[in-house]
Amino acid sequence: MIAIVDYGAGNLVSVKKALDWLGQECLITSDPAQVAEATKIVLPGVGHFASTAALGHSGLQDAITGAIGCGVPFLGICVGLQWMFEGSQESPETRGLGLFPGECERFPAHVKSPHVGWNQLEVDSSSRLFRGIPASSFVYFTHSFRVSLTDTTVACSEYGGSFSAAVEREHIFGVQFHPEKSGEIGLKLLSNFCAL
Amino acid sequence: MLTKRIIACLDVDGGRVVKGVQFVNLRDAGDPAELAKAHSASGADEIVLLDISAAHQQRATLLDTVRRVAAQLFIPLTVGGGVRTLEDAAAVFAAGADKIGINSAALADSSLITRIAERFGSQAVVVAIDAKRGKDASRWEAFTHGGRATSGRDAVAWAREAESRGAGEILLTSMDRDGTGVGFDCELTLAVADSVRIPVIASGGAGGAQHFVEVFRDGHADAALAASIFHYGLSSLGDLKQQIGSQGIPMRWPC
Repeated sequence: MIAIVDYGAGNLVSVKKALDWLGQECLITSDPAQVAEATKIVLPGVGHFASTAALGHSGLQDAITGAIGCGVPFLGICVGLQWMFEGSQESPETRGLGLFPGECERFPAHVKSPHVGWNQLEVDSSSRLFRGIPASSFVYFTHSFRVSLTDTTVACSEYGGSFSAAVEREHIFGVQFHPEKSGEIGLKLLSNFCAL
Repeated sequence: MLTKRIIACLDVDGGRVVKGVQFVNLRDAGDPAELAKAHSASGADEIVLLDISAAHQQRATLLDTVRRVAAQLFIPLTVGGGVRTLEDAAAVFAAGADKIGINSAALADSSLITRIAERFGSQAVVVAIDAKRGKDASRWEAFTHGGRATSGRDAVAWAREAESRGAGEILLTSMDRDGTGVGFDCELTLAVADSVRIPVIASGGAGGAQHFVEVFRDGHADAALAASIFHYGLSSLGDLKQQIGSQGIPMRWPC
């Protein structure tokens, strides 16, 4: 059972719909016990970084940290990816999980923000998440903050400079774009995650 | 590089797409779910579903339509028409929309933009502006109620206010060009696109690939929306994107 973590932010329906389409057993839950028992965890997120504070208050953060410690595959989407870093300029008082070093930053002033639309990736061929996905595929983004390139970056994209479109370390994955909104490419990525 | 988006719009009344369509291999050319899927398969970057009836008794029909369209669609879906309250918006999101389009209700009370953005994020709020050239030909007025009434507001000023209230995108329709096929209003699009920092979707007047090239290049549009061009005559959205791309406009192609 894949747990789609509901922490009161954003629209979880589209992630559920995509996993249903792939024939995966999944449920949307805000119950830490169900998250702790999941075989895989997806943390979606659109909206404000501050909304992730609810994860800490509700016991969901502990459930997620515990599961990751036991080797349960984890996928953070959009703000879900950002939360895996140490924090964000969007809400300096809200701390991230710190699984990856670094902070989320604003786009430079010379480009429109948010970054909305289909942008091209440059994919690291060793990535497990991107297995079978063409190296310069297009995916759908909508976000105002971003993570710089790190040594865990497995896909980057270009908008006001290069940034991390996806990060990966062992069984921990994060994507800044929305695979559930990225057509066949996005479905392939979700299917790769489900097959881990 | 971020690509320019081509958005296909479906006008829906009572659960059916009302403009004529010429897709092949469709069992039912008036079914919004089948059409949205076909547009997506042929290369549309997003789908907009516009409820043109927007009569109150048809809300349930619309929500059912949104559910059926969303179930088979894995590209962004915007739903507009008749969203008047935060509750209306919440129901449309729960049915599977990624963004909602608001127009008259936002002009009547711009705090609606903020309330929806606070709950669902700015990226989910598209403020639709129907603009018409005024007596002074270098200005445009924002109209409400499907273009039937003037709001008395300057379209550019309203776009700026919508942005400051929390809109994530502007869907800008030229009433002067809508349905004409003579090209987008690039002057209008440029005036708005250069006044805000959020993406602007140009709409109204698309007749061919060159019109899209012009509105991206000269109008600084981030995306362009069309309905009838995809319904009559132009069989492949892919062909259109290739033609636009061949003129140096970044397109998502192949998809």
